[in-house]
Amino acid sequence: MSPSTAVSSEAANPTDLPGRTATAGRARHAPRGTTTSAAICIAALVAAALASLCIGNRLVDPLALFDAQSPDHAVMDARMLRTMIGIVLGAAIGMAGACLQGLTRNPLADPALLGLNAGAAFAMVAGITYVGTTGIGGYIWFGFLGAGVAGLGVHLVASIGRGGATPGKLVIAGAALTAALTSWTTGILLTSRDTLDQIRSWQVASVAGKQTDAFVTVLPFIVVGVGLALASARILNALALGDELARGLGRSVARDRAVVGLAVMLLIGASVALAGPVAFLGLLVPHLVRRQVGGDYARILPLSAGWGAVLMVTADTVGRFVLPPGEVQVGVMTAVLGAPVFVAMIRRGKLGNL
Amino acid sequence: MTTTTDRPTTALHAAAVPDVERVRRARRTPRRRHALVVMVLAVAALVALLVNLLLGSYTFTAPDAVRIIVGSGIDRPTAEFILMEQKLPRALTALLAGLCFGASGAVFQTVLRNPLASPDIVGISTGASAAAVVALLVFGARGDVVALAAEVGAVGIALVVRWVAGGIGSYRLVLVGVGIASAMLSVIHYLFTRAAIWDAQLALRWLTGSVAAAGWDEVRLLVVVLVVLLPLLWWSASSLRITELGPDAASGLGVTARRAELVMLVAVLLVAAGVAVVGPIAFLAFLSGPIARAMNAGRTSVIGGALVGATLLLAADYVGHYLIGDVNMPAGIITGAVGAPFLLWLMARGATGRSPR
Repeated sequence: MSPSTAVSSEAANPTDLPGRTATAGRARHAPRGTTTSAAICIAALVAAALASLCIGNRLVDPLALFDAQSPDHAVMDARMLRTMIGIVLGAAIGMAGACLQGLTRNPLADPALLGLNAGAAFAMVAGITYVGTTGIGGYIWFGFLGAGVAGLGVHLVASIGRGGATPGKLVIAGAALTAALTSWTTGILLTSRDTLDQIRSWQVASVAGKQTDAFVTVLPFIVVGVGLALASARILNALALGDELARGLGRSVARDRAVVGLAVMLLIGASVALAGPVAFLGLLVPHLVRRQVGGDYARILPLSAGWGAVLMVTADTVGRFVLPPGEVQVGVMTAVLGAPVFVAMIRRGKLGNL
Repeated sequence: MTTTTDRPTTALHAAAVPDVERVRRARRTPRRRHALVVMVLAVAALVALLVNLLLGSYTFTAPDAVRIIVGSGIDRPTAEFILMEQKLPRALTALLAGLCFGASGAVFQTVLRNPLASPDIVGISTGASAAAVVALLVFGARGDVVALAAEVGAVGIALVVRWVAGGIGSYRLVLVGVGIASAMLSVIHYLFTRAAIWDAQLALRWLTGSVAAAGWDEVRLLVVVLVVLLPLLWWSASSLRITELGPDAASGLGVTARRAELVMLVAVLLVAAGVAVVGPIAFLAFLSGPIARAMNAGRTSVIGGALVGATLLLAADYVGHYLIGDVNMPAGIITGAVGAPFLLWLMARGATGRSPR
């Protein structure tokens, strides 16, 4: 139940009130205010969760969840788990996106675009095939490793050439790495014949049909990642000023980056291990939130988690009925809905604003 | 061109002969080099073709193969079947599709003046593939209709990318293409999960590209497309070296923007034909141009790019089919596994055009 506590904690967040009075003078940066935004977010989350419980192959009365005799009880159980997974993963991915954008000071940073998802998937498949790891509790470690190495590698490649790691170069390096890793992942899966059918689950994310124990295994890692990310709000605020100023404020930039990077690794590795790669969600959510509450990461991070959960659950719910019969996986939904927004962002040309 | 013709007239007054000679030599050397490069590449493609035909899990001697192909039969129906129905159409498909991808990639990179802007990276290949899969799975189309759908899809995506990016020649185009390509990929994924049976081989073919399904129908389609498009490309590509100077200089020298767009259209149609037959072979179009360019001392060569594409696809198919384990690895996985690190290396060298914002 950590997601709901994480979300509700933002309303009770003691920094909210001082933050609000401090920003009262420059209200245009926070047009609606943090409290309003948090309230809307929680209401939207409740509505999305309820819709996710009721809507599906057939409409079900959510009260059946508490009635063990009801014929719909099993359906509700499955949908409950699915909704919880959606909330937790959405929160994790939204937060990871915000952390990445702050860490790289790059508005196009996204766990999928920068190759972190593909890195995690590749490392896990390699671990399962060559090291013989079994169970999500084993290969999740490979997920962390893969996400971390891929993120570092993309940043390294993009920062070598002229002009440093510009947003465009990061995206293209990420796309190249994703393509290579996808080829290698598919190659490994092809050589071990029995896993052929698994290609789908490593390339398209879905929150349906997961086991409770897998969810329980992954949950602690996400909780730690969320805690680490929330704690690093001040770090990200300092990094947003640029490395020199951050150093002038007494921060150890290298250590700060390592802390935020660790949080991103935990969140992305865990989410890919559980559901597969989700694209564009981590890109869009922080921008949405930033438009509401301005540039303070103490507000951006919790709200990114909240709105990430809302969008993830909504995308999953819409995917159930948008093209009947059958369901559209949530990974497909976010890619198809997110790509136009990504393209629009590029077209507006407002890329260098962090 | 114009500058070189009026230079000798002024030089005629003084030391006429050496100057004229010097100009002539300066123009002749690259031409010779280009002819040499094309010859070397043609030989390489031919060798790759022969290797695919003669070697592998079922080997032929050259005289046997010739006898079977000419039809003065040797009395071995199995051998005849394997060569004529499996190996020959597959190798020819790889050759012809490779020509399509390579030529198209070289044209894109030259006109857009950016080595990153190849049809596979700006989303044209994935667009063609998605359209083909829609035709295949949603409308139950077969054969030439699928190819037609791929052509329409490629042109459609090209127009969308162009319109969204606001004109050709900008770095935005690449970024927009990357975004659209990832959306198209998930459309393909989705359509295959919706198909009643998850046919992994078929899905892999349309996601990464594979020559494995090739038959004589595919060869015929590619021959028709190449016969129609190559002369058009030949005619319009003569302006490519001027287009490379940039839109302002090119229109000053009499090459209109319309001409550049015609070349691009031909390139889009070529790559779509390739995709319709073998799927979006990952990074093939992207790889071919720079390799041919490096061999040709930094000058663009569309024929060179086409031949490099053919050689690479034949080689990738051979490696994937025979050299890796006991599985048939699709050619697209081989080119993807090799091509993407090449792209990263190119970026690290800073050889990817103007720095984007």
